[in-house]
Amino acid sequence: MDAVLESLPDVFRAFGYTVLLFLVSGVFSLIGGTLLVAMRVGPVSVLNKAAATYVTLVRNTPLLAVFFFFSFAAPKIGINFKWVDVHIGTFDFTSFFSTAVVALTLYTSTFVCEALRSGVNAVPLGQAEAARAIGLPFSGVMRAVVLPQAFRASVPPVASALIALLKNTSVAAVFGVIEAASQMKIMTNNNADERWGIFIAFALGYVLLVEVVSLAAGTLERRWRIA
Amino acid sequence: MAAHVLFDAPGPKTVARHRTYSVVAVLVLLVLLGLAVKRLYDEGQFAYELWEPFVTPNIMQAIGEAWLDTLSMAALAVLGALVFGVVFGVAKLSEHTPVRWASWVVVEFFRAVPVIMLMTFSFYAVFNSMSIERGAYWSVVLSLTVYNGAVLAEVFRAGINALPRGQAEAAYAIGMRKTQVMNLILLPQAVKIMIPAIISQMVVALKDTSLILIVFGVGLTKILKSLPLSFNNIVPTTLVIAGLYVLTNLVLTAIANYAQKKFVGEKEMLQVSMVGQTDQNQSAATF
Amino acid sequence: MRFTRTKAIVATAALALSLAACGDAGGDGETVDVDVADDASFDAGTRMAELADQGTINVGVKFDQPGLGFNETGADMPTGFDVDIAKILVASLGIDPNDTSKVKYIETISDNREPFLEEGKVDLVLASYSITDERRAVVGQTGPYMLTGQQLLVPEDSDAESPEDLQGKEVCSVTGSTSLDNAKAQGMKPVGFDTYSQCVDKVLDGTVEAMTTDGTILAGYAAQNEGELKVVGDPFSEERIGVGYSKDFPEMCQWINDTLEEANEAGTWAEAFEANLGASGVETPDFPELDSCES
Repeated sequence: MDAVLESLPDVFRAFGYTVLLFLVSGVFSLIGGTLLVAMRVGPVSVLNKAAATYVTLVRNTPLLAVFFFFSFAAPKIGINFKWVDVHIGTFDFTSFFSTAVVALTLYTSTFVCEALRSGVNAVPLGQAEAARAIGLPFSGVMRAVVLPQAFRASVPPVASALIALLKNTSVAAVFGVIEAASQMKIMTNNNADERWGIFIAFALGYVLLVEVVSLAAGTLERRWRIA
Repeated sequence: MAAHVLFDAPGPKTVARHRTYSVVAVLVLLVLLGLAVKRLYDEGQFAYELWEPFVTPNIMQAIGEAWLDTLSMAALAVLGALVFGVVFGVAKLSEHTPVRWASWVVVEFFRAVPVIMLMTFSFYAVFNSMSIERGAYWSVVLSLTVYNGAVLAEVFRAGINALPRGQAEAAYAIGMRKTQVMNLILLPQAVKIMIPAIISQMVVALKDTSLILIVFGVGLTKILKSLPLSFNNIVPTTLVIAGLYVLTNLVLTAIANYAQKKFVGEKEMLQVSMVGQTDQNQSAATF
Repeated sequence: MRFTRTKAIVATAALALSLAACGDAGGDGETVDVDVADDASFDAGTRMAELADQGTINVGVKFDQPGLGFNETGADMPTGFDVDIAKILVASLGIDPNDTSKVKYIETISDNREPFLEEGKVDLVLASYSITDERRAVVGQTGPYMLTGQQLLVPEDSDAESPEDLQGKEVCSVTGSTSLDNAKAQGMKPVGFDTYSQCVDKVLDGTVEAMTTDGTILAGYAAQNEGELKVVGDPFSEERIGVGYSKDFPEMCQWINDTLEEANEAGTWAEAFEANLGASGVETPDFPELDSCES
């Protein structure tokens, strides 16, 4: 544990990157997932099929392969993020951070999409039928009746997808972002005799973050629950 | 709720509008796809020499062996996870509070810690004295065993709780003991409804085997890492390896769906509560 | 890069046609020819005599370091400068270094070299193994057979000439290497990747300003990308690359030194350097002065 205490600023900075990756990719994933689910349940069958194909393909690809593609393969065909160069305090948001955000977002969106779809499926049939009976068009059915209920019903599965995202930010360790998992690797390599302590310290950091996210989700679920 | 319930059978005007949408959508998609292909073509990514390794016998053989390694890591991990899952799933239902709490802590811990950290740690701390390829192999198996085992423990607990309560009550009524009720009545039924969930977990395990790249490439990840070093063909390699993973996973998913129909019928797959959600209150209820 | 690729493809094609299935397909597709000593004789009871008698040996090398120790996908033997030096040592024991049934090339990475030597899993380590006092406390190290220092590899049009010009800039190197720690100490922002080639790509596409590691490795990449990349700056660290052996067999030190010295005199050392690291424009350095075995 001494090693962890000695380099506490590094440890906090590393977890800072973890949280930032989570927050930024989380927001984008929610947007991406909503777009995908709109295509998925909408009336245009081409979009429906395209979204379904995308979701199936990406869900079955290892996240590491998605990262690998954007980190090494994409620059070869002219897709890169080196134009991103923002520095806030001690945090650097450069191409490595943005590559991680892109990979995490494209991957997590598909899981958010499926979570939201399960929420849409959870809305009782009668709701949509009743909405149509009073003459609402598709957009009205969705906006006024189905989606509000679907969002409520999908809080737990979306929270699961976001918790998975939180843990998946660790993959960025392999691609140049010094977040928690990377920092742990650096520290265990430099302090081989303290491997157990370092591992447990970092693991507990993650447990804490996961608990915070799931507590937040639980609170939301309770607040949005209809009596 | 099927999608068509959300809107009326469209009238002629709407049909026309949807047709326009479809045409536009198809065009946009085709343009995107075309741009992607053009990009690849312009950058010379379709050059035969970049793809040649994938039809070269000794490299194909190496890829095949790597694929088998990946598959066997995932399979071993899922088998290990089954054992881990049964033990801790049942322990979570124990009527002894300390046992319940201890297993709860173990399960929550391994569900919350990223697999990549488990792998890094076990590679250096547990398997350091093995040859690195073996060490990496076994740290994948161990890490995925405890992670997926923790997830399966939840699946088991949920599976047992999903059984009609009358099953256990009837078993007690005819004078069975606690272990008999569990082993003869509850577990066999729970396992049956859990088979599809277990196979889907194999998809998760298969994808996660790639994370070992953080310390060392083994299985398909090894190819991903080393093949571009010799042929400077990182784009084709990434596409081929990702494609192999996707194909394997699609086959596994098809098997899971088949198993779902055969063993469970058309019911929904078993849902598991998320990490960190305590439902201790249900735990001891069965007994 | 293009140069390597063509060569590698030619080599692989050759393999496919099973013309030269000896596994020389990595790097430049070249390797030194070493003569297997047929009159190898060592004092009875030494480790060298034991190895020569049993006719087999395990050598720890790198598998992912083109030019030093690299095992191509599908090939059965690694290639590189480290590997060639290993072959010279193995051959002096009267063992055919190209016969994989007798010589096992075992992949080692930074973290397992000492345990492997201590546990006898490998008899020799030649894996870009810097000689340090910490390491000498647990294993035997001698040589060095190569001297190198940490430098910078930057794009041709870059103005950076030393670490001072790259303060606070992102600089790439391999995760877990001392190069990264040194870069941090020099005030640069280290970015860690898995292999040097990945870093080279990152410099080429402009994602990072520079990469840093041993000059010999950088020189190879600069030569492969002539006109695009250049090596700059004075070395800001000194690495002495040596041979690792087990502390249980101190007699191996003198044998290693003698064999290296002979290889220098016979010219095979320089040949090995040229074949693996001497890509156009890199001068073959002088053979380094060896450490004495008495201490």
